[in-house]
Amino acid sequence: MLISKSLRTAALAAAIAFGAALPVHADEQFFPLQSYRVGPYAAGGTGFFGGFIDYLNLINIRDGGVNGVKLTWEEGETQYEVERGLEVYERLKNHPGVAAWNPLSVGIAYAMIDRITKDKVPLITINHGRTDSTDGRVFPYVFPLLLNPYSETSGIVNYIASREGGADKLKGKKIVVLYHGSPYGKETIPIYKLLADKYGFSLEQIEVPHPGNEQQSQWLSIRRAKPDYVVLRGWGVMNPVALKTAQKVGFPIDHIIGNVWSNSEEDVIPAGEAAKGYVAITTQASGAEFPVLQEIIKTVYGAGKGNLDDKKRIGSVYHNLGIVNGILNVEAIRIAQQKFGKRTLTGDEVRWGFEHLQLDPTRVQALGAKGLFHSINVTWDNHEGDGRVTFQQWDGTKWKAVSDWIAPDWAFLRPIIEKSAAAYAAEHNIKVRTSDDTALSQ
Amino acid sequence: MFEFQFFVEVLVGGLLSGVMYSLVAIGFVLIYKTSGVLNFAQGAMLLFAALTFVSLVERGVPFWFAIGATLVVMVALGVAVERVVLRPLVNQSPMTLFMATLGLSYVIEGVAQLLWGTQVHGLDLGIDDVPFEVGGVLISQFDLFAAATAGALVAGFALFFRHTRTGLAFRAVADDQFAALAVGLRLSRVWAAVWTAAGTVALVAGLLWGARLGVQYSLSLVVLKALPVLMLGGFDSVAGAIVGGLLIGAIEKLAEIYVGPLFGGGIEAWAAYVVALTFLLLRPSGLFGHKLVERV
Amino acid sequence: MTTLARSAVSRGITPGRVGLVAMLIAAYGLVPFVGSDYVLDALLTPFLALALAALGLNLLTGYAGLVSLGSSAFLAVGAYAAFNCNVRLQELPLLASIVAAGLVAAAVGIVFGLPSLRLRGFYLAVSTLAAQFFVQWALTKFGWFSNNNPSGVIDAPALTLSGLTFSSAVGRYVVSLTVVVVATLLAARLLRSQVGRNFIALRDHEIAAKVIGVPLLRTKLLAFGVSSFLIGIAGVLWAFAYLRTVEPAGFNLDRSFEILFIIIIGGPASIRGAFLGAAFMVVLPLLLSRLGAALLGDVFDSGVLEMSQRIVIGALIAGILIAEPRGLISLVDRLADRIRHRLSRPLRNPTQP
Repeated sequence: MLISKSLRTAALAAAIAFGAALPVHADEQFFPLQSYRVGPYAAGGTGFFGGFIDYLNLINIRDGGVNGVKLTWEEGETQYEVERGLEVYERLKNHPGVAAWNPLSVGIAYAMIDRITKDKVPLITINHGRTDSTDGRVFPYVFPLLLNPYSETSGIVNYIASREGGADKLKGKKIVVLYHGSPYGKETIPIYKLLADKYGFSLEQIEVPHPGNEQQSQWLSIRRAKPDYVVLRGWGVMNPVALKTAQKVGFPIDHIIGNVWSNSEEDVIPAGEAAKGYVAITTQASGAEFPVLQEIIKTVYGAGKGNLDDKKRIGSVYHNLGIVNGILNVEAIRIAQQKFGKRTLTGDEVRWGFEHLQLDPTRVQALGAKGLFHSINVTWDNHEGDGRVTFQQWDGTKWKAVSDWIAPDWAFLRPIIEKSAAAYAAEHNIKVRTSDDTALSQ
Repeated sequence: MFEFQFFVEVLVGGLLSGVMYSLVAIGFVLIYKTSGVLNFAQGAMLLFAALTFVSLVERGVPFWFAIGATLVVMVALGVAVERVVLRPLVNQSPMTLFMATLGLSYVIEGVAQLLWGTQVHGLDLGIDDVPFEVGGVLISQFDLFAAATAGALVAGFALFFRHTRTGLAFRAVADDQFAALAVGLRLSRVWAAVWTAAGTVALVAGLLWGARLGVQYSLSLVVLKALPVLMLGGFDSVAGAIVGGLLIGAIEKLAEIYVGPLFGGGIEAWAAYVVALTFLLLRPSGLFGHKLVERV
Repeated sequence: MTTLARSAVSRGITPGRVGLVAMLIAAYGLVPFVGSDYVLDALLTPFLALALAALGLNLLTGYAGLVSLGSSAFLAVGAYAAFNCNVRLQELPLLASIVAAGLVAAAVGIVFGLPSLRLRGFYLAVSTLAAQFFVQWALTKFGWFSNNNPSGVIDAPALTLSGLTFSSAVGRYVVSLTVVVVATLLAARLLRSQVGRNFIALRDHEIAAKVIGVPLLRTKLLAFGVSSFLIGIAGVLWAFAYLRTVEPAGFNLDRSFEILFIIIIGGPASIRGAFLGAAFMVVLPLLLSRLGAALLGDVFDSGVLEMSQRIVIGALIAGILIAEPRGLISLVDRLADRIRHRLSRPLRNPTQP
């Protein structure tokens, strides 16, 4: 697999070297990619960065770039390790025309916040990252696009409510949250408590120590607690083990609801039969039937430039997340170009583009992504952009949507986020922006 | 559910998990006993075996043929490791040998991923994991199967070491390397046999753990579950590995359920080490310790 | 025993001392002016922090013969202790925070060193894993350590020493360099004292050491304490000067192994070995991956390159252990001796044992 691809690339490289002359310098927008294709999380990394690169390739091949500005990128392997991520950052930050950073790693993203803020380049943490960076008044350059951890929590509770027949039916129900014993896993503990108080369900939160390859005792506790639902807030190998162990203690699989990092093929395939019927939240639908994926298959994979080695993974959860991430990045550039001109933009100009990244369902449809994701509405002070979530069920071979697009309870969450952001601002002596400060800061 | 019933369930679950720890620990013991090497690459070997097997099966190789082929590969790997890395390091300090096996685990993990890719695979051994109930206590079929396999493996090794020439030589080397050399035993053959055995254990453990976790990079982390077992049972005792595994498995689960809530849970990661440590401090000779040198 | 001999030689002007002074002059006078941000931030600062950590572990493992697999736990203790000193005792100057962090790490180290009184060898090594897992768990579990940050992440304050702020890449490098130089000199002094000789006696033969009157209990705990002190300070540098935002998960077992690699590869029981080994472990992977990308980047994707690199590093580690069990430093020494021998052939003065 790898070999045949390498040969192909080698042939291509040779063709470039001996045949076609390289194009002279043109306007280019550069994406430094802190990817991870090796190590424990390689499966997610290859899918996400594969999808991202596939979309950038589509824009280059089909449209000749964004209004003539070519998209370029360079990968630096991080193995999901913070130090390596920072090394790549230091190495690539001076490359001309950096558009935005997209690490897909909570640890690397956290370590970059100070640095990118100083360098005035946006940091995109789609579906993850620091919840309070939603508050653009305090974090001008950080964008937890589509979904932050708090919204995810609220979305999951809203979905459970809809399954029970309304929010009032949550009263007296019991929910267990099984979380990964890491900062990521613990981040939503207070929000689940708040929501439990608000809706009157009883709550138990159980920790699984990293890496989570043994969960017998946790699931026996769950068996004893007899909850109505279990929310799985897992990561990596913890997810399939949870599903397998659930089967072992006889917990009904369709009452386990996975969070956004427990929702991929890689999380369910190792669990085999035990995963059949498992439900998980997502911001982007799975499958390759969407027009934009069809175009990628035709244009990019047709030209032999597809990034995934295994074509069966086209349309998988991480691949589609990468594609959505590509759409959001490219559209932010396009929006910024309308204001600043069709040329290579500075990081701060791209930041302005992200702060005006408003894609309504009509625009999403025009982009060939109707049904892939719902919409986004980023503003200068809301860097998440009110992404909607949907729920998907694993049928043993693929994910099937089992809900409409559900809106988290943003109004309820916003004051909590603002409070946390204000504390951060005070701790770091950051001047809170007002709407007058959103112009370029040069 | 009655509280006592629940206790039994936790205990049984813990014992069955403990068997899985023992399985990994035995691989360590075999090599440590004969060559004094704490082979940290055992985890990488386990990953390599599971990945090779699952990749072969996914490419349409029949089940038993894939097992045979993987076994051949594992034996070749074991022998190669012994030849290329450990033999030149004979007479070095145990720590140097340990570090060499750490370096080795980098190599094996790299080769495994280079050969077979970084995808996550499911591994189905065809054993249903639907639990059955005995007096209100749920018992996992798969875990019983795993325990039986581990038992068969240990019995097989016991017979081998008791009744074959190589087995006898193995025990002689384990007792006293220099004496064994002096009476003309060929160490290289014994070591080759030991690494073959370790490769077999890696395959069996890799398949059973792979079926539980899925075959992926994290599989190599199961060695961390085996280390407290080794501490408790002794690095050089097969019986210790088994009893230690059962004890650690049971105590770990009981601690998580009954002590964990005092600290807010999640204590499993270190509880096993503390248990093993406390035990050693109280009884420095360990479970089956005959050699007291290392533990003073 | 070469170390003792060497330290005896090094009183007075020796080539070693001249080299050291020359390196210090270069490190202070040259590097800050010619080094790019990348070199300073991504290479030299982590190199300094890891070298100091390795030096700390070397005192314990190389000199005193007690093996620890929990080094990164003490890095974490140092980092979080300094953070808390800084947050909770705001009038405390940074320097005092650093020392306090070292002391906290030393105290934790002594506690986890207690099993060394009864255990040895791999039993002790594996028991130090308890520190590794316990510290990570505690830092994640109890919000107090991270000042109740919901994600357990801590942000380092700006480095301020007596009113001056060292927030640039150069500034952070200079602070790290100074801390490392001072700590190294102190460690070297300690090793030349009776305590250092006790460490070595303990390593070489515990019972004999006891016979000649080395206080075993005190020496062992002291080894853990001093070692953890240095590693704790290295943790402060790691968190404050290098990464500047750290989470408990970053201080994992792989980091502990990395530090152990550094001393084994550089040379156990050698101060210079810690630095050489750190340079090897920090620079080599980057060098390999740059080289790989430059030569083969068009042919293979970054994943393949990374895996090949992992294989090469693993093979190199095993290879060095086979070819030079006393570490790179003995290779370097032999090379230096040969050169010196050739230069000084007319004189009858072999300086090295």
